[in-house]
Amino acid sequence: MNDSFIQINGISKHFGNVKAVDDVSFQIKEGEFFSLLGPSGCGKTTLLRLLAGFEYPTSGNLLLDGSDITALPPDKRPTNMVFQNYAIFPHINVEKNVQFGLRKLGLTNDEIAKRVKDVLSLVKLEGYEERYSSQLSGGQRQRVALARALVRQPKVLLLDEPLGALDKKLRDEMQLELRTLQKEIGITFVFVTHDQQEAISMSDRVAVMSEGKIQQMSSPNELYKNPQNIFVSDFIGETNFLKAKTDSKDGEYINVNIEDLGSFKIKNNLNISENASDVICSVRPETMMIDKEKSDWDICLEGKIKQTSYLGEMTKFYVETKEIEKIITVSSQYFDNQSFQNGKCFISINLNDISLLNKK
Amino acid sequence: MEQKNNTLLIYTLLYFAFLYIPVLFLPIFSFNDANYMSFPLSGFTTEHYEEMWAKTNLHKALWASIKVGVVASVVSTTIALFAAKAFARYKFRGQNISYGAIMIPFLIPEIILAVAILVIWLSLGFKLGLVPVTLGHILFCTPFAMLILIARIEGFDFSLEEASRDLGENAWGTFYRVSLPLYLPGIIASLLLSFIISFDEFVLAFFLTGSDATLPMYMWAQMRFIQKLPHVLALGAVIIVFTTFIVLLAFWLRNLGQGKEKAEFGIKIHE
Repeated sequence: MNDSFIQINGISKHFGNVKAVDDVSFQIKEGEFFSLLGPSGCGKTTLLRLLAGFEYPTSGNLLLDGSDITALPPDKRPTNMVFQNYAIFPHINVEKNVQFGLRKLGLTNDEIAKRVKDVLSLVKLEGYEERYSSQLSGGQRQRVALARALVRQPKVLLLDEPLGALDKKLRDEMQLELRTLQKEIGITFVFVTHDQQEAISMSDRVAVMSEGKIQQMSSPNELYKNPQNIFVSDFIGETNFLKAKTDSKDGEYINVNIEDLGSFKIKNNLNISENASDVICSVRPETMMIDKEKSDWDICLEGKIKQTSYLGEMTKFYVETKEIEKIITVSSQYFDNQSFQNGKCFISINLNDISLLNKK
Repeated sequence: MEQKNNTLLIYTLLYFAFLYIPVLFLPIFSFNDANYMSFPLSGFTTEHYEEMWAKTNLHKALWASIKVGVVASVVSTTIALFAAKAFARYKFRGQNISYGAIMIPFLIPEIILAVAILVIWLSLGFKLGLVPVTLGHILFCTPFAMLILIARIEGFDFSLEEASRDLGENAWGTFYRVSLPLYLPGIIASLLLSFIISFDEFVLAFFLTGSDATLPMYMWAQMRFIQKLPHVLALGAVIIVFTTFIVLLAFWLRNLGQGKEKAEFGIKIHE
């Protein structure tokens, strides 16, 4: 497998004064399911459109499988795209839509028929050949868009928030299906989404983007457990931020003075310097414990529940404590919104579950 | 509530009466067995229609109008299509000014346009005839055509064109295989309306035809002789019916598939 199948070298794209993509460099592996994740306006879609050839970079170059594609128009690139709104041609039926991109590939009629048949069976759309876009559901349109792109056997499939328009149930199904499909056919997928859950559940690697730059690029696990900065920590999942100052280092650990709570020895993953005055501790709601009684965990605080939200598989508690100014969010699978009648509770934290971040 | 609805209904009926009663007199008198437009009607006849069709000059004028109308509508629709695409698809410097420049012939009094073309045409040493009329009609029809086409192309899902590029078609292939079929109802509506505008146009033709009369010019010439009035009425009635049909067809086409899913529409005539 080629580790630098797609090479993005110092790519910038400016629209007037806006730096949509700002000097981004990274590589995507062959056969990888790679996601570009970020809030709207972070530059992820622009980057995808640069790969597709709908935009040309202000500076930098793009290499695909060793050849420079920076200046190639979309019709000359070995990439295909699944559009956000699917862009199914409304004036031709499903079969003609799927055949659309085969015209210039120099295939015989038999080969075309076989490819169309195979790809429609791959996306489970056999029997829909004669339908028009207006006669299809959202999920079916999505499959047509997928089939139409895959039938050309591209080196890279680009997907622009393809699940955004589907309802939750269907979206979950399609996530699993897309993932399975990608492993089956082995084509490199570059997937754009603003949905962090979608990105971490499907991808081999995720690049989190903000303001035209890559904030962090790593496996979904790494992203969740070891966020490199506050933006990533906040964007991926939910978390509580506590202000802190660092003291002296102690091997892999560092002494940290957490505001209102006191001094603790915490693992220093990001190699944060001693005596830094603006450090943030991040604690995920599900790593904490909420209980009716005191625990023997590293930190245990008495609190009062201000608000709960019941989510079925778990319940979120918004807890006020004497020590910490902010309301702390804790989630629990054992207790629900009816467990604490008087609102009195104890929340406990393990030091291992605190990650240190530079405020920057 | 009831009262208010009635008032509105009466207003609507009066409005339509004001618009169409004068026009209705034309067909009524065209079947009247008399040489004058006056009541009471004296009897039913189709004689005027036979008389009308017997004039060879009318055939000549009709043919002239069709030639001018076809060329003017095709050329103005083509120009308008490219312009409308540019206006609807892109934002560019000077957009408002160029839009205004195309729309101005629509607002300038026709007689000024006619005189201007006449002066230039003659000073260039060319002869009057159907060519300057056609050119004038192109100028005059293009804004109409562009209004119709912009209405069609605005809100068009341009990712369809990107999808076509992505699937290996170049710009021309994309235009031919995706854009054109989807714009087609608008294009046909524009062709029909431009043709009718040209077909009915009088002022430009009056100044520029010279001796090759178009149909409105022929009618005008005939009206100077009172005994020829009835067959002009007959001709007028035929033109009203024809124009109404074309305009309704054009509006039907223009609105086709423009409901909630404008971009979803194709030409599914083959279905």
